[in-house]
Amino acid sequence: MIDRKVRTGGSIICDVFLEEGVTAIFGMPGGASLPFYDALYDYPQIQHYLMRNEQGAGYAADGYARALNSVGVATSTSGPGATNLVTPIASAMMDSIPVVFLTGQVATPFIGTDAFQETDITGVTIPITKQNYLVKSVHELPRIMKEAFYLARSGRPGPVLVDVPKDVFLDETDEPVPESIELRGYKPAGAGHRRMIRKAAELIGQSERPVIMAGHGVAISGAFEELRELAEKAEIPVITTLHGVGDFPETHPLSFGMIGMHGMYYANMAVSECDLIIGLGLRFDDRVTGRVADFAPKAKIIHVDIDPAEIEKVVPTAVPIVGDVKATLQILNPLVSANTHTAWLEELNRLRTNHPSHEPPPNEEFLPQHMVRYIYEATEGEAIVVADVGQNQMWASQMFFYEKPYTFFSAGGLGGMGYALPAAMGVQVARPDQTVWCVTGDGGLQINIQELAAMAEYNIPVKVGVMNNAHLGMIRQWQNRFYNGRLMGAELINPDFAKVAEAFGIRGIRAETQDEARDAISQAMEFDGPVLVDFIVDELEDCYPMVEPGASLAETVER
Amino acid sequence: MKTEGLSTLVALVEDNPGVLTKVATLFRRRGFNIASLNVGHSEQPGISRMTIVIEGTGAHIKQCEKHLYKLVEVVKVVDITNADRVDKELALVKIAAHGAERSSVVALAQAFDGEVVDVGRNALIVQLTASPYTIERFLSLAGDFGVVELTRTGLITMARGDVRRARSPVAARRPGSNHKE
Repeated sequence: MIDRKVRTGGSIICDVFLEEGVTAIFGMPGGASLPFYDALYDYPQIQHYLMRNEQGAGYAADGYARALNSVGVATSTSGPGATNLVTPIASAMMDSIPVVFLTGQVATPFIGTDAFQETDITGVTIPITKQNYLVKSVHELPRIMKEAFYLARSGRPGPVLVDVPKDVFLDETDEPVPESIELRGYKPAGAGHRRMIRKAAELIGQSERPVIMAGHGVAISGAFEELRELAEKAEIPVITTLHGVGDFPETHPLSFGMIGMHGMYYANMAVSECDLIIGLGLRFDDRVTGRVADFAPKAKIIHVDIDPAEIEKVVPTAVPIVGDVKATLQILNPLVSANTHTAWLEELNRLRTNHPSHEPPPNEEFLPQHMVRYIYEATEGEAIVVADVGQNQMWASQMFFYEKPYTFFSAGGLGGMGYALPAAMGVQVARPDQTVWCVTGDGGLQINIQELAAMAEYNIPVKVGVMNNAHLGMIRQWQNRFYNGRLMGAELINPDFAKVAEAFGIRGIRAETQDEARDAISQAMEFDGPVLVDFIVDELEDCYPMVEPGASLAETVER
Repeated sequence: MKTEGLSTLVALVEDNPGVLTKVATLFRRRGFNIASLNVGHSEQPGISRMTIVIEGTGAHIKQCEKHLYKLVEVVKVVDITNADRVDKELALVKIAAHGAERSSVVALAQAFDGEVVDVGRNALIVQLTASPYTIERFLSLAGDFGVVELTRTGLITMARGDVRRARSPVAARRPGSNHKE
């Protein structure tokens, strides 16, 4: 039955949010979006979180989307509000995160006149959105809103921006929201091509040293069970990309951790020595491959990805499969014969024993690695970790064993510092039942530190762990290593973050030793509400293993 | 326009505002150089046809095609670089011509099946509809007199031959079909 009720643009948007199951949105109002906020007033079912910078709103929506593997919403006004969203939009694009960004725009008669707070945000965001719209008439709005959600979450997910002029929020229409969307230029792939899948099964059967490389696509398509079935059935070791962390239980005997520039030594060696890569939902990013010419020199590559443009973008592929990972594995797994790879696994296990990259160094000093390991021990792995960018991000992935899907999030593609704090808030809002730890650096914290105000206001019980080494650590590491120790812009003079947290109304704790750190973590866990722990870690610890820029994975350097 | 090292793609796109910008932005962002670009209506209402001549061949063009497909408004892309096809381009060429030179220019235009569409005191405008290669040859010869002004539409092209089946080219697209299998 088609509902031809007359509604304002603002109400249509709120109705679509509810239809799409969105019950929390993150934003900041402004002149052009005031009519939308006025409509929102009548929708108590939608909780609006007033963030303190639109960038925080964008990242919070990103975290919300990742935690639920569904669409998040961030909103801002026109002009400066919209441009403040640009970084989270670019980040969501790089990481394939489904977020609908709703921006206000100056009223239609003013568009193109350089009106107050006017920015051509659809023009600005063309290369960093999956799709964007400037809504010129309220009659288009129901279709566009429905389309925006459909495009954001389907196929390879991504950000969609809907720019709504002030008068369009107020205009009325009886145009209903379409039940479904049919776009002749957009047909996301289902399962891959059967013939290719049969060929993949043959290669897997012939391989003596296979490796599964699991990426973000496994999580997006929810293929955890299928991945595990494939790995166990044919006894294939599994390594993951950064965004693939959580795809496969990291304490499983077939798990060999994360690959890449700061991946596990044994994971990098496994890929360098294997004869077959089964790549599932990944894009062979340069931080994953090292020097491409020497990437997996002995291996044939099966590449499953839903985006045809990722196939053969970076590495030549023996078997290209354009398709959804889950749907593809459901066809592939029955075609794969049960198998064992005893010698290969012995070799990899020996590497893991002799090169335990996942263990903190046996130091008395309080190292940044300890901070993450203690959080792992205190939570018994039952936590979601949201990492920022830099050394803290790498240690957060290395020193914690992630057992379950959707438990580790990080802005791996764009690598925007300042991600973790607001994103962790979005994650916590989406998953109120979970313990959420934000692992950030002293540099990254200060990029969006204003969001502590929203965290306090809404009592979002995130545990914020600041890995405070008084440096932009990765910058210091690179300047020491590649610029003859000429430190420039790497050192940070910081405030007392525990006191800063207290001033925001958040419990602040400072920990300077291993014992204090353990104690602070248990205090934070026991406290019912947001806590910030300022972990004063060793200032000079560098992050290893490391594949130097331009080097191959086989040349991984250890501590 | 030399055709060596160039590829020709035909894209059918939704006739929405901003589509040309999206295509142009994509080419800039991914580093594909456009040699010529022509946009106009197609035989189907609501669908525009773009003829894009790009520098590069092989894998580079395959990537370009895949990225074009990723644009929601792009309905179909065909690489017709190696197809048997009709290539046409229209050029208006203003050529300097005083007195006796005038008849030489007219003769040159006639030799290329061109048409003199304007005659001034010291210049003529020649309209030429031909393949880009033929237009290049004409321009080279006209250069002896002096080309004062030039405008070209860019290549438009169409594969030769009969219609195999009466089906809309739009319906021909299958997801994932734009890669080797």
